Amino acid sequence: MPYLLIFFPLLGSILGYSVKFLGDRYSEIITTTLVVISAILSCIIFYNGVVHDLYGNYKILDWISSGNLKVNWSINIDPLSSIMLVVVTSISSLVHIYSIGYMSHDPNKPRFMSYLSLFTFSMLMLVVSDNFLQLFFGWEGVGLCSYLLIGFWYKKESANNAAIKAFLVNRVGDFGLAIGIFLIFYYFGTVNYSEVFIKAAASIDKEISFLGFNTNLITIICLSLFIGAMGKSAQFLFHTWLPDAMEGPTPVSALIHAATMVTAGVFLVVRCSPLFEYSEVALNFVAIIGMITAVFAASVAIVQNDIKKIIAYSTCSQLGYMFFAAGVGAYHVAIFHLFTHAFFKALLFLGSGSVIHAFKDEQDIRLMGGVWKKLPYTWILMLIGTLALTGFPFLSGFYSKDAIIEFAYFKGTSIGYYAMAVGIFTAFLTAIYSWRLFFITFHGNYNNKNIAIEKTHESPLIMLLPLIILALGAVFAGYLFKDMLIGYNYLDFWKNSIFFVKKIEHLHLPLWLLLVTPVLVVAAVPITYYLYIKDTSILSGLKKFNEPLHNFLLNKWYFDELYEFLFIKPLKVIGYILWKKGDQNIIDRYGPDGFSKVIKFFSNKAVKFQSGFIYDYAFVMLLGLSFLLTYLIIN
Amino acid sequence: MNFPILSSITLLPILGAIFILIFNNKTNENKNVIYVSLFTSVMTLFLAIFLWYVFDKSSSEFQFVEEKNWISGYIKFKFGIDGISILFIVLTAFITPICVISCINSVKNRLKEFLIAILFLESFMIGVFCSLDLVVFYLFFEAGLIPMFLIIGIWGGPKRVYAAFKFFLFTLLGSVLMLVAIISIYWITGTTDLTEIFVIKIPVEYQYVLWLAFFSSFAVKMPMWPVHTWLPDAHVEAPTAGSVILAAILLKMAGYGFLRFSIGMFPVASEYFVPLIFTLSVIAIIYTSLVALMQEDMKKLIAYSSVAHMGFVTLGIFTFTKQGIEGSIFQMLSHGLISAALFLCVGVVYDRVHSRLIGSYGGLVNILPKYSLVFAVFMLGAIGLPGTSGFVGEILVLLGVFQKNFLVAILASIGVILGAAYMLWLYKRVILGRLEKKELTELKDLNLSEGLMLFLLAGLTLFLGFYPNLILDTIHVSVDKLINDYQMNLILNTVK
Repeated sequence: MPYLLIFFPLLGSILGYSVKFLGDRYSEIITTTLVVISAILSCIIFYNGVVHDLYGNYKILDWISSGNLKVNWSINIDPLSSIMLVVVTSISSLVHIYSIGYMSHDPNKPRFMSYLSLFTFSMLMLVVSDNFLQLFFGWEGVGLCSYLLIGFWYKKESANNAAIKAFLVNRVGDFGLAIGIFLIFYYFGTVNYSEVFIKAAASIDKEISFLGFNTNLITIICLSLFIGAMGKSAQFLFHTWLPDAMEGPTPVSALIHAATMVTAGVFLVVRCSPLFEYSEVALNFVAIIGMITAVFAASVAIVQNDIKKIIAYSTCSQLGYMFFAAGVGAYHVAIFHLFTHAFFKALLFLGSGSVIHAFKDEQDIRLMGGVWKKLPYTWILMLIGTLALTGFPFLSGFYSKDAIIEFAYFKGTSIGYYAMAVGIFTAFLTAIYSWRLFFITFHGNYNNKNIAIEKTHESPLIMLLPLIILALGAVFAGYLFKDMLIGYNYLDFWKNSIFFVKKIEHLHLPLWLLLVTPVLVVAAVPITYYLYIKDTSILSGLKKFNEPLHNFLLNKWYFDELYEFLFIKPLKVIGYILWKKGDQNIIDRYGPDGFSKVIKFFSNKAVKFQSGFIYDYAFVMLLGLSFLLTYLIIN
Repeated sequence: MNFPILSSITLLPILGAIFILIFNNKTNENKNVIYVSLFTSVMTLFLAIFLWYVFDKSSSEFQFVEEKNWISGYIKFKFGIDGISILFIVLTAFITPICVISCINSVKNRLKEFLIAILFLESFMIGVFCSLDLVVFYLFFEAGLIPMFLIIGIWGGPKRVYAAFKFFLFTLLGSVLMLVAIISIYWITGTTDLTEIFVIKIPVEYQYVLWLAFFSSFAVKMPMWPVHTWLPDAHVEAPTAGSVILAAILLKMAGYGFLRFSIGMFPVASEYFVPLIFTLSVIAIIYTSLVALMQEDMKKLIAYSSVAHMGFVTLGIFTFTKQGIEGSIFQMLSHGLISAALFLCVGVVYDRVHSRLIGSYGGLVNILPKYSLVFAVFMLGAIGLPGTSGFVGEILVLLGVFQKNFLVAILASIGVILGAAYMLWLYKRVILGRLEKKELTELKDLNLSEGLMLFLLAGLTLFLGFYPNLILDTIHVSVDKLINDYQMNLILNTVK
């Protein structure tokens, strides 16, 4: 069964593309059916795991063996991977269904469906791996699919550039991950998780010299791995690719850039909890990066005007939550938030896709507004998504986000308290930008001059159906699974797939902490409505007053410009100089060209000797004779 | 085994060439010579695969050894292969038919002479990988220069004469030193038989100089920084088939030379010069990657990327670790496939548009979907994406290097990032985007012969990415022996 689960999407991808001559409909049906079957299988596996404790490791094939390096292709089913399987395949199948409607006007549907299935396969390989190299395979595989899908509309220059940017930023992150893997192999002689974790536990205090610095082995491994995670999950400094990635079709954003691929970084940290648990430094670093990202991305999201970019920054910020949850040692809560987030963020993205569809590919929210009566279903579904994202009481986001804040408090260290404060503050920011998006898009005045309001239309059923299922998830997933995943006996579910040095105690929470987030979140609704719809004069006054700050946020803290200045331009210049000056002006000039010049020079001289006149030759002979005589005489 | 299978496989292509030369039929000449050379090279391939099949993978000894007195008492003609050389023979035999097929579309004049040159080249290259005697090796190694020189100089582009001379000058300069070294080895040990030299062992005091002499030849062929500048010129001017052979096989002779001769005969010096090799390789990887980023000519870009990839090979070889050396061998074979394929890809559009400049293209995916698909596979292979053969080689080399030197491994990994940058950018500029140039709108997608070659190569690239053990299983034992001998020699030396 696990084999079918993994290989159905790959089969779908290949078949979906090769049957395109039969017609688009066939490839849509084949890819979607196979992924849906995968989703059903993964639910069965999840159920079997929870109820019957059926976990295991299934080997597919040898991959690389060289000396003591032995790597297999394998499928490792444990609680952590089984819940990821459910998330990946279920969101993926919903996105497949949605795409049939969303891409209906696109001439390249088979290619699109095939890429989506290929992505699903890579993500599954990543999740079920039992070793670091297969993880790396999946890791780069999802990066490749992300590249292909962002650049899906290859005629758009901006899409191609965004695709390359995504790939390269991820490559920089992967460089860190690769270094981490090298370190692991060098010191532990294996890349299999179980063996690595056993050996790591035995070398907690090992100090190594890394590029002249003496550091703790586990710490440096964790930090390297985490750089990979930062790239994939678009954390602070590596975040620049994610907003640009919105150039891809919206279903892609929902699947890859919200629900699954970008959470791979969180998955990696949780998967390596047996390493991270032994390094306080690395954990703190994870927490700090998570906190910075959460606040930073939320602050940028408040002023953006592109509907997808707002949600992209929101994703960035929510990933930050997951990381600082992991950073304070609450790995299971991080995964719980990953789980609930997948539903409501996919819902928001697909919902915004529905809005974009209604406005005929318009993405600027300033050119929308007042259409909530025209798009009633989309409106309601987006409302649910927004409520869930902001953590409105009793929806899924509420349980997971509050749990993060609570566990940060339980941690009891200063990092924990900071994380708690950042969590509360970001929750408030989240509420503001989410409601701003919602109100400006659906309420207020209709602002689009190109399309008459009558022309906007509700999406077809095939697009609404997945949204409804996701909405159900966004409402109930938190409530239904909270006891199992983060309840008092969470270890009954997680078993040894997540490692805790010491079990986190559930303490008694002060009342104010229980109340502060929900109160802020609920209060944000009328505040935002008033500021953005009722009376915009206050805001525009504030904007005028704080022009530089507004620009700073609008331009995303100028990161793109900084990177262009720091890396891209200098590299190009250096490349050019090395080629023109290094290769042509130095090596060639003094190498072969110089050599041939010297020879030419001497042969030109030598040619002059061959004048054909006897007295010239006689003179040279005489000269030679006299030198010879002199030499003999002196000796 | 009594049947001289190695000599047969070496001589078979030459026989084909002679056949073409003698039986000269003016009617349908081009078709006939293509069939004959294709037949010969495919037979060679079958023979090579058969050889691989009967080859005993569990033995570390040289197999199928043939020995004859040549210049009696002085030089023996000695052939034999182990797990490393067999793969290079298979690679050579595999690439040649592909070159022959590619000529159908690209070579327009003097096809007969061109194919004769290719077949001769194949014989010489197989000879290089079979030789177990220094003089025989040297002869084949240098003989290979001649057909290549002709291929560039006669069928090349506008600056072909400059490129051909540059190629010849660089390679010959290195080789002369190697010849001197071979002669001195004969004076020192009294033999040029490789297996005997391994037993006799060259005294340590001579090793350093001799190592440098061999190094100068291999470094040029590899090519290593800073003697790499002939390669881009040679590639740019060479016809497609020439570039393919150059990238896929000629460069590999140097890597093979390092493994077989430098490490085998001069272990102490090899150890001593590791810092030199590491430095040059790391410079090569980063320097040429940066240069590749700025190229406007597709062939130059791929040529520079070859230098970077060969940097990984030299790094891996001189780690003397199992992963490093196996990674290098794998990287050489995988680069043989991928770079050959990339040059073929350039050839495909060059035959249609007659321009190699990146700027002349753009938006090809709109009209050449199949071409874009295979190009994508090779691009991904070149940037070492897991699941392609490029990844296995790179990751093994880096794992090996990491065991020796953190800094070098980290710098080399940076090259991997840059590699992605220039390849993706190339792909974007050539394949993606809108089709804006009018002269491109009439282009036809891959024809049968092109599709056959490229899909075959793409399939192999992916297959080896998922199941590299096909290659690795063959070399395990030989690499073990190589490393063991090397370490034994080092220990013996320190004991003394």
